[in-house]
Amino acid sequence: MQLEATVPVDLKEYPTDYYDEMLITPNRSRRHAKQLAGLLRSFDDQELAARQAAAELAIRQMGITFSVYSEAEGTIDRSWPFDIVPRIIPKKEWDQVEAGLVQRARALNMFIDDIYHKQRVIKEGIFPAEVMEESKNFRAECVGVSPAFGIWAHICGSDLVRDSDGTIYVLEDNLRVPSGVSYMLENRLVTKQVFPELFEHYAPLPVDSYPAQLNEMLASLSPRRTKRPEIVVLTPGIYNSAYFEHAYLAQAMGCELVEGRDLFVDDDDVVNMRTVSGLQRVDVIYRRIDDEFLDPEVFNPDSMLGVPGLLRAWKAGKVGLANAPGAGVADDKVVYAFVPDFIRFYLNEEPILPNVPTYRCMFDDERDYVLDHLDKLVVKPANESGGYGMLMGTSSTQAERARFADLIKNNPRNYIAQPTLGLSTVPTVIGRRVEPRHVDLRPFILSGRSTSVTAGGLTRVALRKGTLVVNSSQGGGSKDTWIVDEEGD
Amino acid sequence: MLSSVAENIYWMCRNIERAESIARVVSVNANLQLDLPRGLSPDWRPLIDVTGTNDQFEERYQEYTERQVVRYLLADTDSPSSVKNCLRNARESCRVVRDSLPREVWQYLTELQLFIDEHLQTGLTKKGRHAFTERIIRTCQMTNGLLASVMTRDIGYQFLRLGRNLERADMTTRFIDMRLKVPQLDRLPDASAVSVLQWVNVLSSMSAYQMYRRKMQAQVLQPQVLWFLLKDDEFPRSFFHCLIAIEESLGLLPDPQPCLLAVRKVFKVIERAKPESLKDDELNTLVDELQSGLIDIHRSMARMYFLPAAGHG
Repeated sequence: MQLEATVPVDLKEYPTDYYDEMLITPNRSRRHAKQLAGLLRSFDDQELAARQAAAELAIRQMGITFSVYSEAEGTIDRSWPFDIVPRIIPKKEWDQVEAGLVQRARALNMFIDDIYHKQRVIKEGIFPAEVMEESKNFRAECVGVSPAFGIWAHICGSDLVRDSDGTIYVLEDNLRVPSGVSYMLENRLVTKQVFPELFEHYAPLPVDSYPAQLNEMLASLSPRRTKRPEIVVLTPGIYNSAYFEHAYLAQAMGCELVEGRDLFVDDDDVVNMRTVSGLQRVDVIYRRIDDEFLDPEVFNPDSMLGVPGLLRAWKAGKVGLANAPGAGVADDKVVYAFVPDFIRFYLNEEPILPNVPTYRCMFDDERDYVLDHLDKLVVKPANESGGYGMLMGTSSTQAERARFADLIKNNPRNYIAQPTLGLSTVPTVIGRRVEPRHVDLRPFILSGRSTSVTAGGLTRVALRKGTLVVNSSQGGGSKDTWIVDEEGD
Repeated sequence: MLSSVAENIYWMCRNIERAESIARVVSVNANLQLDLPRGLSPDWRPLIDVTGTNDQFEERYQEYTERQVVRYLLADTDSPSSVKNCLRNARESCRVVRDSLPREVWQYLTELQLFIDEHLQTGLTKKGRHAFTERIIRTCQMTNGLLASVMTRDIGYQFLRLGRNLERADMTTRFIDMRLKVPQLDRLPDASAVSVLQWVNVLSSMSAYQMYRRKMQAQVLQPQVLWFLLKDDEFPRSFFHCLIAIEESLGLLPDPQPCLLAVRKVFKVIERAKPESLKDDELNTLVDELQSGLIDIHRSMARMYFLPAAGHG
C-alpha cells in the first residue's frame, strides 16, 4: 500500500473577510466554537476527507435524497448535500432570534386574517391596496373565511442571514409550502454518526421533537372533537423535489401520505380517503401542494394533483387545511417589505428581528434609486422561490442589467431590490481542506393554539467559492445547526 | 389502510419476489452448464419463456444465446421482468409506502440499487455473475426476513403476503411450464439422466432441492417433482401452500367474499388434479388453468381494494 503524506488541518491561512460563525481571526475562535475548532485542528487532511466521505456514504445508505427533474432523464434522486462541520449559534443569541420569529409569525397571521376580513391595514393607510390587488397569491375565494385560531400560515419557514457586522436579518418568509425541515432532522442524525466525539463537548438543543409538535398543531385544527383526528399529508407525488420530505413527515407523524386521487369530497363536503375498507373521513390535511393546484373546481381546472371540492369542504368547516389557502398573500417579496410596519400596527411592538433594507420599485423614488444602482443591488421578483429570476448586481453583465431595468420599468410592482449582503461564513470541507463558505438559515415556525420555533433550523451553504446561492437545486449544500447553551460550558 | 398504499405494498413484494426468482434462475442455469454431459449445453431460451416476454426479447436481441439472455434478464431497462427493473419498480413502490413499512426496507432496496448500478458490468461477465446474483438474492431474502420479523401483522402485511404468494405461485407454474416445453431431449441416449438434471435445475431455481430430498426421499423424477411443487402443503413455494397463504390473508381483509370465491375455484382445480399421472398436454392444460386462476384472484383483489384507475400492470 502506498502511504500518502498527510498534513494537519491548518486554519492559519483561513480567510476571515466576512463574519465567520466559528473564527474571529484565523487564530482566535468564537467562545462557543472553541472545542469544534480545536477538534478540527487535531485532524489531518486524510481524517477530514474520511469523515466527509463517511457522511456522504451514510446519506446514500439512509436514502436521504432530493429529486431533480430534467427533460432528458426524468426524475433523478440526488443525495442530499451535507457538510460535516456544524454551524453553532449560542443559545443567548438564539433566544432573541426565536422571540423575533414568534413576533413575526403572529403579525403575519394577523395580517393575512385582516386581508381576508376587514382590511384595516389598508384602510388605515399602512399597506397600499394596489399591492394586494395585484398579488398573485391573493385568493378572492378566501374572503370571509375564519380558520381556527385566526391562523392561516401554520408552518412558516423564514430565511435568516447574518451580515458582515454580525446582525441577523430576515431575508424572506415562506408561507406557502416551505420545505427543508426533514433535512434539518436528518442532518442531526448524520452528524451523530460521523462526529460522535463532538457531542462529548457539546450538548446542542435537540431538534427531534418537531414531528410531534407538528402533529399536535395539526390535530388542533380538527373540526371534529375526536380523540385521534385523522391527519394526512397531501403530496403532489414522487416528481416533486420535496417528495422525500413529504414521505418523511408522514412517517414521523404516523399518518397517511396521500395524493389527490386518494381523496374524495362527498356531497356533504366531507373529505374522505379511499381505503381498503371503503371511504374514511379525513379531519386535517397538511397539504404540500400549491394553492393553484389544490382544487380543480376552483383554481387550475387542469390540475391532476388536487382534490375536486377541497376548498368547498374547507370553507364549510369540515376539514382543516395547513397552510390555509390564500396564506401565500403574505409570501411576496413586496409584502415582505411591509412586515416591520405590520408588527408595529398589529402588535404595537418594535420588530425584534430587522428586515434587510428593501427598495420597493413600485414607489418612484425607491425605483429611481434601484435603477441607478443596479450594479450594487440584488433584484428579486416578488413571487419566485428557489433563487430563480434574480439579478445579482455585483456579478452581472451590462446586458443583464439592461434587461432587468426593462423588467422593472414594465412591472415595478413585481420587483424589489436589496443591498448585496456579505453573508456570514462557516468553515466547510472542500476537498481535503477547510474553507469559508457563505450560509443562511431557515428556521421553521409552527403556529396553532400557540407558536413554537425549531431549535435552530436548516443551515444552507453555498458550496461554490464566492457564490451566495444556497439552493440545493443550484449547487447548495447544508449543515447541521446547533444551538448551544454557553452557561453550561 | 389507503387503497393506493395496499396496491403499492402488493406490487413491491411481487417485484422483490420476481427479482429473486429471475436472479436465481440465471444463476442456476449457469451452474447446470457445468453438470451437463459433454456436447450438451443448457438451453437459454426457456428462461425467457418463463418470463413470457419473448416478443419483447426478440424485438431487441438477436439470438437466445447465454450472453443476450442474461443481459436481458439482469440488465434490460425496458423489460418488466429484468432484475434491474423489478427492483427499481419495487423501490418506487416502496418510496410511496415508506411510512407504512419498517424504515430499513427502503434502505435495503436503495443499497441494492446502488450495488446494481455500480456492478452491473461485472455481473454480466461469467466470472462476476455468481457473486452478483448471490448478492441480489440475499438482499431480497433479507428484506423478506426483515418484514417477517418486524412488521406488524396489520392489513398492510396481508397485502405484502398476497403479493409475495401470488408471485410465487405464478413462478412455480412458470418453472414447470419451462421444463415441459423441452421434450426433444427424450431422444438422447442418456435422456433419463439429463431429465434428472433438468428437474434438479427446476428445484434449485426455486430453492426447493434440499426440501424436496427431505420430504420425498426419492430420486428426482418428474411425477414426484410435479406433485411436490404443485400439491405439497408444507413447502412454502409449492402452489398449494401459496394458495393456502393467499386464502388466509384474504380472509383477514374487509369484505373478502368475491376474492375468496376466486380462490376456491383454483383450490378445486388443484385438489382434483393428479399432476403425477398426467400426460404432457394434459399438464399444459392444468398449468394454463392454474395461471388464469391466479389472474382472476388478482383481478378480484384489484376491484375490491385498489384505486379505481390502477396505474400498475
